[in-house]
Amino acid sequence: MNILSILDEIEKVDGEIYERISPRRKAMQDFYNIGKKISLAAMPLALSSLFNKAYGQTTPDTVNGVLNFALTLEYLEYHFYNHALVAAPGLIPAGAPTMAITTIRDHEKAHVDLLKTTLGSAARTPLEYANFDFTAGGTFGTVYSDYTTFLKVATAFEDTGVRAYKGQAPVLKQHPSIITALQIHSVEARHAAHIRQMLAANGAPSLKPWVSLGAGGVSNDTGIAAVDLVYARENTTVQATHEIAGINGTNVSPANAAESFDEFLTKAEVTTIANLFLKTGFKL
Amino acid sequence: MDNLNENQTTSPQSTDMMESKLQRRAFLQYAGAGAAVMALAAAGCKKDRSPEMSFGATLDFKDDFGVLNYAYALEQLEAAFYMKVASAPPSTFTQAQVNYFKDVQFHEIAHREFLKKVLGTASIGNLEVDFSSINFNDGPSVLAAARTFEDLGVAAYNGAGIRLKTDAYLIAAGQIVSVEARHAAWVRDQISNGSFADLSTLTAWGASVSGGLDASLSPDKVLNAASKYIKTKINVINL
Repeated sequence: MNILSILDEIEKVDGEIYERISPRRKAMQDFYNIGKKISLAAMPLALSSLFNKAYGQTTPDTVNGVLNFALTLEYLEYHFYNHALVAAPGLIPAGAPTMAITTIRDHEKAHVDLLKTTLGSAARTPLEYANFDFTAGGTFGTVYSDYTTFLKVATAFEDTGVRAYKGQAPVLKQHPSIITALQIHSVEARHAAHIRQMLAANGAPSLKPWVSLGAGGVSNDTGIAAVDLVYARENTTVQATHEIAGINGTNVSPANAAESFDEFLTKAEVTTIANLFLKTGFKL
Repeated sequence: MDNLNENQTTSPQSTDMMESKLQRRAFLQYAGAGAAVMALAAAGCKKDRSPEMSFGATLDFKDDFGVLNYAYALEQLEAAFYMKVASAPPSTFTQAQVNYFKDVQFHEIAHREFLKKVLGTASIGNLEVDFSSINFNDGPSVLAAARTFEDLGVAAYNGAGIRLKTDAYLIAAGQIVSVEARHAAWVRDQISNGSFADLSTLTAWGASVSGGLDASLSPDKVLNAASKYIKTKINVINL
């Protein structure tokens, strides 16, 4: 990661980046000074604090709204996995499955921390495990006692995460925070691909790493009716008015056409899904 | 920041990254001298300047079409690679692996053709690829190349998103990049189960373990990393 090239990039869309920073010259100086000592791994936090200094007072409410929305979803994912790892012994088999869920839990925690730091005082009230109901009112009553049910809910969460970030991208258009948002978004997609393969290995052999057409062409390819909302429109084969199946005389099948583009969810759709897992008093 | 980079541990990508850093410097020197055009040829910037060579393709980043053409170039590269793999998969691949490689092939073809349609007459046209460094009979060689293409694709889209000014294109790019990330995760798991999101192997491409952030690269760096697979000379302007 090269801070100067990042600033160069930003300058292209925000010609005033250096002016934004320069009135706070000390902040920039501090940044370069700690840059000498700081580990590469800690760079994103240092960077986000720099952006906070450059943009903190001018970040539009709409951008903060999106980042807080994302923060809610990251809390949801983090607590979901963390509880499974620390409070449901024996749920996740030892070895590769536990390692994978630990990797994912750690990423969700990193996303929570990064978004909190980026938002600073604008960050939403933190959410605790106790604020969630991961059984969704009993729909997934065995989520912490049955491994397959756990994987089903995890699949729904990861695919929701991918679709939620995508839907909010236009609000972040040309704003520096879209860089971070996209970097989180593709990590969620990597999680989704792996979790779907874990579920495939546990009773759903036809489930692919990518979202395909459901049975008979329906949008939900998981066969779990309770998560239909998560997969709304995933069976579409038309992108920006262009039919992808057989596009330009190729052999792209309808299934491949649906798989090749992940659809986005609106904020209202994601809110409905998230609220299934948030207790009264904490719903969005 | 240079100090930090030099302290990084060596990874398979870091050789490429060192080269790309040097080329970035060269680019900055060019830019400082007032040159507007950077040429990225298959063998790098240094040679292949013979006058009989065609001028190649120009990516003009002044507007969204430049970004979309950049994506079009990468999707052409990926599609060509997977078409070659799918037509004659390594004998060590399982049927399940062959089936998924065929899926990925059609996803990349779909991306390529979609971008071609969106670009219309603004398209840069067909690129010539060079896969001489890949042994298509060898499973690990094919998987390693696939991982590079997918991780690089993710880094490319992640780094280009901030340049897009049109909502529809931004959404389309977002719809494509998550599928590339799914590919990357699956290919990585074929190489080593559990490495689907091993961000520690992607720090040279802008990923961060502590931030849980995926790779993100500017177009010049992506094109440098991809240049050995592209025979057509690609000119980059207004980056």
